[in-house]
Amino acid sequence: MLDDFVVRALVAGIGLAGVAGPLGCFLVWRRMAYFGDSMAHAALLGIALSLLTGINLLAGVFGAAVLVALALLFLQRNRTLSSDVLLGILSHATLATGLVLLALMPDVRIDLLGFLFGDILAVSRFDIFLVYGLGAAILGTLILMWRPLLAATLDRDLAAAEGLNPDRSNLVLLLLLAIMVALAMKLVGVLLITSLLIIPAATARRLSVSPEQMALLAALSGMLAVSGGVLGSLTWDIPTGPAIVVSALMLFLFSLLLRQRGTERPERKLP
Amino acid sequence: MTRLSPDRDDLLVRGRNIGVRDGNTWRVRHVDISVSRGEIVTLLGPNGSGKSTIAKVISGILAADEGEMERRPGLTLGYAPQKFNIDWTFPLTPRRLLCLTRSHSAGEIRDALEMVDAAHLLDAPVQHLSGGEFQRVSLARAMISTPDLLVLDEPVQGVDFAGQSALYQLIGKVRDNIGCGVLLISHDLHVVMAQTDKVVCLNGHVCCSGTPADMMNNRQFAEMFGPDPSHTLAIYHHQHDHAHGPDGTILAPDSSAATKAAGKANSDAG
Repeated sequence: MLDDFVVRALVAGIGLAGVAGPLGCFLVWRRMAYFGDSMAHAALLGIALSLLTGINLLAGVFGAAVLVALALLFLQRNRTLSSDVLLGILSHATLATGLVLLALMPDVRIDLLGFLFGDILAVSRFDIFLVYGLGAAILGTLILMWRPLLAATLDRDLAAAEGLNPDRSNLVLLLLLAIMVALAMKLVGVLLITSLLIIPAATARRLSVSPEQMALLAALSGMLAVSGGVLGSLTWDIPTGPAIVVSALMLFLFSLLLRQRGTERPERKLP
Repeated sequence: MTRLSPDRDDLLVRGRNIGVRDGNTWRVRHVDISVSRGEIVTLLGPNGSGKSTIAKVISGILAADEGEMERRPGLTLGYAPQKFNIDWTFPLTPRRLLCLTRSHSAGEIRDALEMVDAAHLLDAPVQHLSGGEFQRVSLARAMISTPDLLVLDEPVQGVDFAGQSALYQLIGKVRDNIGCGVLLISHDLHVVMAQTDKVVCLNGHVCCSGTPADMMNNRQFAEMFGPDPSHTLAIYHHQHDHAHGPDGTILAPDSSAATKAAGKANSDAG
């Protein structure tokens, strides 16, 4: 069954979306959408560096994403520039440096568009194995650390005071994001990774009354978006990565039509 | 961090000569403070006086740069932050919030919310709660796991006077019910909780500490604080023997007058 490239694309994409949904919820809750973007853009620098040094591509991208995230956290602490400025600088500086480095390596011929926009139809059996292996590790960590992660997201001091070690939670979240970026790069590309994290989570928000429900619905809506995108790209012969994002967007727009849950106030009981 | 021996009185935490640095300057220094079981300690001081910093050191959120912090082994802590920054995108109800750091049965959650008079808010989105409602829910969350020590950072902030009185009453009730120690932080320099056993007034160091004097015979205050406030509010008389400069530096008792006089002499000369 996995011989068919469409089936492989669907299987890999659905697996990825299942992980991206819950992880993306944390980005949304912590207002870290652009943070995720910067990590993803650093992936291109990671590609260039791993081609230069000959280390594994996945490891290079993971390393670059972690480095950029740590640099951001460090710079934010110094508070000389506001974080949106820092994000803007790091995000585009890493992307541009990556592009420049790649151009300076004349012997290396790579499919740049493939890295920028992904090529989910070129997914191999090994990629599927990676997505499900590392995906299971990410989800497992999320489930194991769910309580400390939520507490650290809501209030750092509270988590620290009640013994849930928020600094560790934040570091773990950062590492999980870096793995996610490395995994998603081939499937949706550097420029579209964040959309797979953010849009399904935003869609799920309108339908959820608890964080757990939101994480679950984000996973489901991401899976639906991937399926719609892959099938749509085959039907209308459009690029698959963007098709997935557009399909996620349509789900989000549809969710706007539904009545928002978890925001209505109970009626005040008058005497 | 040293451990207090469990048999020594009812002492929960004790800080001796605590100091926290902010770069090269001391944010707060030379602070002695302790909280025992069943004791309510109010930590007060103006903005920037270091009261939140000391509360964070006691709660284990922040490490002291100087001094010694002792803590009863296995101490459990309930913490109510000054303000939650809960994003609109975070779907959260009091039912779920009360299980944030530990899981509790539906009955325990209901009991805790009932105790703070917020049972009707069980499934309300937290973003919709009023200031007072949220403070009550936050108090319920901090005390639901019956901790040894409750640390409440400005629990009455953003709550009207009558509400403040009710909240103080509640905090007293919680203390009586679960027998915990309470560390309460307040920026109100004059009105403290009547059940307060000890007041520590902070401004970069401990300015003064003691028990709040009962001034509630005053009829006008009684009218201001609503029905029977004498059980919930008290006036604390500060006994400072010194003054602070604008940057928080300590001026000796008569040096402030002396500097003023010197400054005046200079300007007269010029």
